Amino acid sequence: MSDRIQQVIEAFKHLSLVDKLDQFFVVLKQLVLAGVPEGWQPLVSGLLSVALVLGVFPGVFALITVIERKGLGRIQNRYGPNRVGIPFTKIRLCGFGQFIPDGIKSLTKEDIVPYAADHAVHFLAPIVMLIPVLLAYAVLPFGRNMTIADYDAGLLFFFAVGGAVEVSVFMAGWSSHNKYSLLGAMRAIAQMVSYEIPLILSAVTVVMIVGSLKLTDIVAHQSDYTCGIAHWYVFTPWGLAGCLLFFIAALAESNRCPFDLPEAESEIIAGYFTEYSGFKFALFFLGEYLGMFAIIGLGITLFLGGWTSPVSFLTWIPSYVWFLAKLVAIVFVFIWIRGTLPRLRMDQLMNLAWKFMLPLALINILVAGVWHFMGHDWQRWLVCGAIISGAYIGLGRGLMQNQKLGKRTYRFAE
Amino acid sequence: MSLPFILIASVTLLAAAAAMSLRNLVHCALALTVTFAGLAALYLNLDAQFAGFAQILVYVGAVAILIVFAILLTRSGDTPNQAILAPGWIYGIAISALVFTALGWAVLNSSALPKPAAPAPEATVKNIGEWLMSKYVLPLEVIGLLLTAAMIGAVIIALREMKTKMEGDRP
Repeated sequence: MSDRIQQVIEAFKHLSLVDKLDQFFVVLKQLVLAGVPEGWQPLVSGLLSVALVLGVFPGVFALITVIERKGLGRIQNRYGPNRVGIPFTKIRLCGFGQFIPDGIKSLTKEDIVPYAADHAVHFLAPIVMLIPVLLAYAVLPFGRNMTIADYDAGLLFFFAVGGAVEVSVFMAGWSSHNKYSLLGAMRAIAQMVSYEIPLILSAVTVVMIVGSLKLTDIVAHQSDYTCGIAHWYVFTPWGLAGCLLFFIAALAESNRCPFDLPEAESEIIAGYFTEYSGFKFALFFLGEYLGMFAIIGLGITLFLGGWTSPVSFLTWIPSYVWFLAKLVAIVFVFIWIRGTLPRLRMDQLMNLAWKFMLPLALINILVAGVWHFMGHDWQRWLVCGAIISGAYIGLGRGLMQNQKLGKRTYRFAE
Repeated sequence: MSLPFILIASVTLLAAAAAMSLRNLVHCALALTVTFAGLAALYLNLDAQFAGFAQILVYVGAVAILIVFAILLTRSGDTPNQAILAPGWIYGIAISALVFTALGWAVLNSSALPKPAAPAPEATVKNIGEWLMSKYVLPLEVIGLLLTAAMIGAVIIALREMKTKMEGDRP
């Protein structure tokens, strides 16, 4: 047994300093595995990976909630939370300790279940929400050699478990016996079903170009550099269109503003989790944010090169740092959008999905085919860019013509 | 029979029994969802990744939601008062047991059944995709045409209904 530990340490010593930093967690796991008996290795390996996901992403969630409140505060011209720091000291950390009292508060609050609620389903809904969301993390490549379950059909697995979230939303909305909850659940399911189609169709383009559903293969195809700039798919015409479509659909799938109709506070209180309090509410909150992180992680893997660095002279930064940095950057953009855009109306929501994003995603598939078969000529940039921008302008103009939008006139405000 | 198989199979069977016998229709639909998920787990247990993931994507993600919505839109959530079992349930069980025995006997004694286990076919997701695009492209296209026709039909039915309703609304 000590031989195997020696081997792992020897192999680690031969790595360069950059690789040592990059592969630190991988080697740490190998070291632990070398210490346990042969038969227990799969179990211990699985437990270690699960512990990593359960430790890192709820931690990111805790920090993001504070960043979101502070960011929205900035946008709305007020201070966000800025008091709580490290408990029992005078260090305030600009209010970044706020998540600790928030967590304690949600743990100690009374758990209220409505008298008319369907108790079993009401109890199960937050759990059914969280399980598929956590399962989705199994296939995401967080860094070099850092994928928990590297399935051949990883992308399919991600979308399959994502579909189970809808069931939990329905369970929560229906079991509460509250009209706001049921309305919220209906809206959420209608929205998720509609936006799943552009989401999957925009991901299909990457599968067509790479020729594999394996997420590590998709990252490996984007890890080359030309003139110091990475071959990320977002830097190609079809990739840019696909990336924008993907992240708009991701925004809708995670029920974020401007697509937050399912939990529109001014209309239906909190949507499908109106009747949840205490830690069950916190579980919904956690599930929603973890779902958002997972879908952003998939977007990063598909279009933004996964854990690779954008320029070749920054490859010394460890891969998992890149992944988390990209994740936080895109979450920041989502917060920015939340602070900027007003909520859509139901018909606008459906029109955007079915009349604009779906045709554009289908055209984008065609463009990816043209890109693949035109070889490595420079003309393909022109042709593909022309088709995509032509389709975008044509669709946009065509849809706006029917709207009869004139100059807005204010009757009372002037 | 391994432990995972026994666990998955018992969960699937229990959920299927619950789907038949629960009183509340929405509970039945949710139990049916568990059955679908159990079947997907069985496929994955047999290393059939594509079938397993497609089962979750289509049945848990779409069909279950469709069933639930159909229940919600067509009838109230009240539980019916009649008994779960139809009056002649003993005959039903006897006949189904008889049919099952006959079928099982026929299958086990059939000469068409190859006795030694055939080597597992290479059915990876990649292979399935390649076959769908080459050998089985015609069936795929035909199914696509059929689904498109069904979808256009559904849209036309919905359109007509709206038009007549609007004409009726006018004074």
